[in-house]
Amino acid sequence: MPTLPQVPLSLYFGLSAILFTIGAVGVITRRNAIIIFMCLELMLNGVNLAFIAAGNALNSLDGVIFVFFVMTVAAAEAAVGLAIFVMIFRLKGSVNVDQINLMKG
Amino acid sequence: MIATAFSWLVFIGAGLVAIVASILMVTRRNPVHSALWLIVAFFSIAIIYISLNAQFIAVAQVIVYAGAIMMLILFVIMLIHLESEQELTGKITGAKIIASFITIILFLEIVAAVLSFRVTGIKGPFTPELVNGFGNVRAVGMVLYGKYMFPFEIASILLLIGIVGAVVLSKRRKE
Repeated sequence: MPTLPQVPLSLYFGLSAILFTIGAVGVITRRNAIIIFMCLELMLNGVNLAFIAAGNALNSLDGVIFVFFVMTVAAAEAAVGLAIFVMIFRLKGSVNVDQINLMKG
Repeated sequence: MIATAFSWLVFIGAGLVAIVASILMVTRRNPVHSALWLIVAFFSIAIIYISLNAQFIAVAQVIVYAGAIMMLILFVIMLIHLESEQELTGKITGAKIIASFITIILFLEIVAAVLSFRVTGIKGPFTPELVNGFGNVRAVGMVLYGKYMFPFEIASILLLIGIVGAVVLSKRRKE
């Protein structure tokens, strides 16, 4: 029975890249602001996965600390961003990003 | 040997679930379905975190992402009912195809970077055996409240700004 190697780090990075790309496709193709926001969260998760995998491979806890701070920023971003969406919905009656052009000169 | 096989199994299973759930999240028209599929993706990423010896982050992922943030997003989806916007997202236009093509180029760039990348860093002191000796949360706490004390305090100010910003933005203005 051949010995199985450990899961290589590049596979974790590959999964992270796939998740990041799916999130990026969503951000570019979808027009609903809340869906775009969720795709951003998915992109953050892909990056977090790369941090954790690299930290584990290097026997370091700094990756975990980085992910902790990314989660903090994501929580603050969710609170402020969703408040902005609610405000825009009150103003325009829609959160379609094609119709949000308040700053057009 | 069995542990290695199990980690392969966990990686392949949870990774496939994460990929399928995130593809479904991007393609569903109903925002509520998208949010629920994103929760599935978050859970499977949390399972991968556990297999990477990051138990604290796995629990925080479930509590913060799958619990708090997705609850907030679902709440806002219910608050501003988005059913009227569903028909706008269905059609596939030329711009969407070009955009997907550009992101596929981005993906190939990332894959090229990953394939040409070799981890050459100095190994840190926190081996899995050492960390499991006194617990992952305790190890994270020692690093967080020691070396990263100042960024931790800055993060608390950031969260405070987030709370104040949300309250100020969602307050109805007096005309």
